[in-house]
Amino acid sequence: MSDALAILRQGRRRRWRRRLLVTGILVALALVLAAALLMLGNTIYPAQDVFRVIMGEKVTGASFAVGTLRLPRMIAAVLAGLAFGAAGAAFQTMLRNPLASPDIIGINSGCSAAAVTCILLFNMSGAAVSAISVLAGLAVAALIYLLAYGREGASGRLILMGIGVGALMDAVVSYMLLKGSEYDIPAAYRWLTGSLNAMRMDEMGSLAIAVAILLPLALVLARSLEAVELGDETAHALGARVERTRILLILCAVGLVAFATATTGPIAFVAFLSGPIASRLVGTGKPHILQAALVGAALVLAADLLGQFAFDTRFPVGVITGILGAPYLLVLLIRLNRKGSSL
Amino acid sequence: MSVMHRYVVEGAVVGYGRVPVVHGVELEVPTGQVSVIIGANACGKSTLLKAMARLLCPSQGAVTLDGQRIDKLPTRALARTLGLLPQSPIAPEGIAVADLVGRGRFPHQGYLRGWSSEDEEAVAEALEMMNIVDLSDRSVDELSGGQRQRVWIAMALAQRTDILLLDEPTTYLDIAHQVEILDLLSELNRTRQTTIVMVLHDINIAARYADRIFAMCNGRLIAQGPPAEIITEELMREVFSLDSVVISDPQSASPVVLPKTRVKHQPTDCDARDCTVTSAVDAA
Repeated sequence: MSDALAILRQGRRRRWRRRLLVTGILVALALVLAAALLMLGNTIYPAQDVFRVIMGEKVTGASFAVGTLRLPRMIAAVLAGLAFGAAGAAFQTMLRNPLASPDIIGINSGCSAAAVTCILLFNMSGAAVSAISVLAGLAVAALIYLLAYGREGASGRLILMGIGVGALMDAVVSYMLLKGSEYDIPAAYRWLTGSLNAMRMDEMGSLAIAVAILLPLALVLARSLEAVELGDETAHALGARVERTRILLILCAVGLVAFATATTGPIAFVAFLSGPIASRLVGTGKPHILQAALVGAALVLAADLLGQFAFDTRFPVGVITGILGAPYLLVLLIRLNRKGSSL
Repeated sequence: MSVMHRYVVEGAVVGYGRVPVVHGVELEVPTGQVSVIIGANACGKSTLLKAMARLLCPSQGAVTLDGQRIDKLPTRALARTLGLLPQSPIAPEGIAVADLVGRGRFPHQGYLRGWSSEDEEAVAEALEMMNIVDLSDRSVDELSGGQRQRVWIAMALAQRTDILLLDEPTTYLDIAHQVEILDLLSELNRTRQTTIVMVLHDINIAARYADRIFAMCNGRLIAQGPPAEIITEELMREVFSLDSVVISDPQSASPVVLPKTRVKHQPTDCDARDCTVTSAVDAA
């Protein structure tokens, strides 16, 4: 008995240490990237200038470049990264499938389609567009859930339904772009490729509040997810409230995706990539929503740095993450195909 | 902690959607003993077990534990008394054995309470009972079918429930691993007085390990009692539509069912059709 206990404690402590270490490194990485995003630009400002600006001091030149241009950009990158990463991991763990991330199953497309329609058809702008896109994201999630609900193999079915609904939403977007007036199209483009350009501090409020509420809630729900991911019957037998956990977690994740999309547009594949990367790093054994959120933040920050400075032309962040994500999607499909699994 | 409970199925009608599969079953589970539900495919035995575990809610009647309907009890509280190992649980990819067994502690943990030394002890004890301490750091994906089944049972044991329901715990296992698993379960019953209710396919294995057999046919309970009393040639005909000879196991005196097959049996029973089958088999 004492032997077994010692072996167990040792193993658990080792896994716990790895988890802690990975989480620490991810936080540090995100902080370094965030600092780089603040310091780099047309003019490079030293760390102490950046620090003084953040503390509210007036520094000639730096106050505008760092405080007004770069700080909102960095905050948007971090918040959107956290939101996409956490939402992706929540969906993937809950549905036990790496393909089941919100950007693959059409939730982002739903947000975009609603926003583009509002802008091009109804000449709306600002917060109203964001609010409607959040509602549209929830509506798309509800539609997919209802279409796939309560049958055998619900997870594979849900992914296929999601891909179908996503294609439909993309078609709506294309139609709107054809029909819309040329004058409005630049405003709509923001909803097609995620971009951190021209972020303003006053736009951060709603996303910050959403992340501050929904991310901790998702982490609390992850506790029940430990039971839910063993299959519905086992989860019931362990006393978990399966349906409630699932619905709350879907609401949380969709909320995160929708608010992030409403601020930065759909930054391609961040939700899809973060979970698998985090699970590689920490190993499985427990849901890794927090780590995936941190990976998401680091990904968006790194992709934006690359997009801004690595090439002659400046690319929006969504283009870079798209280039990173597409090959992984292919690799994943080939691997699933080899295993002979049906989605 | 008392291990004795009153665990009763009261006229339960259970089904999927509107189609009832179990029609008004009445039974009381003998606590501290091993009970086995037997029956032909699609006779409703797994459905009954699911209702007993609160996975399905009876449309009429009820399942009660110590006088209270189990669907009215708080889910976690019930999960501390009543455990279930379903037929095909899903292991998250790459999970370590110790972590999977640790999930059995879920109903004992709150949102705020973390991993305690009691949890650790329960997991260690479960691993020892199933003889898989040396596997604790291995990934569940790498294990053989028999080892994996022991891991799942260990998870159910870590839950430390007085009553444990198992839906065909030995499917896909060869005979040696079947016996190994059932020996471990009957040891659990003897040492901890854990009440065990299982669905088993193999009637002879069921007769060997059960204190009480519940025989089902077309969604109804048609016989119950100790195996030696109720397993007869008539019951086999009624439950499985099977002609058989029932003899007594020389080791344990439990009944053994020997099915009569139509091919290659006594020449005296050989009618024209059987003979053609036999000769066809011989020719092949």
